[in-house]
Amino acid sequence: MKAVITVTGKDNVGIIAKVSNECAKFGVNILDISQSVLKEYFAMIMIVEINDLNIDFGKFVDEMTELGKQNNLQIHTMHEDIFNSMHKI
Amino acid sequence: MFNTNDILETINMIREDALDIRTITMGISLLDCVSDDPGRLCANIYEKITTKAAKLVEVGNNIEKKYGIPIINKRVAVTPISLIGGRHDRETFIRIAEMLDAAAKKIGINFIGGFSALVHKDFTNADRTLISAIPEALAKTERVCSSVNLATTKAGINMDAVKLMGEIIKKTAELTADRNSIGCAKLVVFANAPEDNPFMAGAFHGVGEGEAVINVGVSGPGVVRHAIERAGNLDMSGIAEVIKKTAFKITRVGQLVAREASEQLGVPFGIVDLSLAPTPEIGDSVAHILEAIGLESCGAHGTTAALAMLNDAVKKGGVMASSHVGGLSGSFIPVSEDSGMIDAVNCGSLTLEKLEAMTCVCSVGLDMIVIPGDTDNAIISAIIADEAAIGMVNNKTTAVRLIPAIGKEVGDYVEFGGLLGAAPVMSVNKFSPAKMISRGGRLPSPIHSLRN
Repeated sequence: MKAVITVTGKDNVGIIAKVSNECAKFGVNILDISQSVLKEYFAMIMIVEINDLNIDFGKFVDEMTELGKQNNLQIHTMHEDIFNSMHKI
Repeated sequence: MFNTNDILETINMIREDALDIRTITMGISLLDCVSDDPGRLCANIYEKITTKAAKLVEVGNNIEKKYGIPIINKRVAVTPISLIGGRHDRETFIRIAEMLDAAAKKIGINFIGGFSALVHKDFTNADRTLISAIPEALAKTERVCSSVNLATTKAGINMDAVKLMGEIIKKTAELTADRNSIGCAKLVVFANAPEDNPFMAGAFHGVGEGEAVINVGVSGPGVVRHAIERAGNLDMSGIAEVIKKTAFKITRVGQLVAREASEQLGVPFGIVDLSLAPTPEIGDSVAHILEAIGLESCGAHGTTAALAMLNDAVKKGGVMASSHVGGLSGSFIPVSEDSGMIDAVNCGSLTLEKLEAMTCVCSVGLDMIVIPGDTDNAIISAIIADEAAIGMVNNKTTAVRLIPAIGKEVGDYVEFGGLLGAAPVMSVNKFSPAKMISRGGRLPSPIHSLRN
């Protein structure tokens, strides 16, 4: 199973490091990162594998949201099924 | 793997265009709660609801978190209470309503539907008792919703019920006059009521349903409007295509949530309702879709045509996205719950007569319309009769949810709060239909019902 993590906010040093560090802590494996910086605005989409997640998915979502708040970023974590449902027949 | 544009589109729909799941509604059969002892009957009802739906809110919240999509309401619909109330008296029916209210409170939901009666041909004694208890039941409870089905295409229109409901709606308004007659916002009168409608106030668990079922209603007027705006200068066929594709995507999310809720609760999946349900929130308006199609204001000539296309395209897109479709499945045009509709009424573009025309091509009917509190009962009945006739002849569901706001006149503004919104008081044609309404009887069913 996969999840999609989106991170947006003002660009800063170490955003990817902080997010990936948090992923590693919960046993989440990063599969793909696409990232862009437009002027000062940072946007990243991360595809991660959650098969070995060591906490409840809902709690992981909360942890990531909290990490975002601490760093003045918006972090949203969503299960892959919503994208699969919407965009694949 | 995922396409970045697809991911961004989904996220935009949720964050910017207010895409949400409007409701997960659990239907629960109360047929096995029947008892000749009032106390026992009430206890059975309370126990069944609070057991079956104990985890409804928790599961809804989990799904919301998992997929990152807001689920606005978790609700319960029960077997029409007139079917389980039997020979009990009016006081017991009111006690049942209070019990439903208590059960809803206990499991943490904002509305519970099913204080209902099905009288499209005639009344049973229990139907009469239940209907007479509606005003007090709605005044004494906060979360209970009531509905009465008084017409079907097969049976015709029960004109005695039409007359009675005019009086009941007025009485409900009077008993809740101190709260802007909010009781009427929880009371719907139907023609061809669906048994699996997940939306309040008209939801009940039909007699053809099983022990329990999960029905889901989606919402996404904002998404549709933005898709039309982005599409640019297309002809009407092109616009219909855009709406279809958008409706497909919206409904797929509904199907996903319905399947997940059904699995987690261990209750069978029933249907996804393909309705575009607005909320008073800015950007979540059906009127604004019609305006995006190219009308200066909702209610202008052309509105009915635009709505017909919108309604059809939503169904065509949605039907392929879900394994089972049902409920109301149409565009909702509730005045108080749609900021665009409110503006259209305020600027004089949208009238009661135009709304009635719109209901001919759209599922729901005259919904959440505030009229002057001194409107004659017979006029309320006649509005119901007109709407029921539209439903009966066109083989579709229509409903009436009118609020004769006591002490208010045309031009006043009435606030209900929350999802029920606020609305200006609309003017009503005052010529009297009293003689026709007082005739009672039944309106015979139209000829196209004799298909067998």
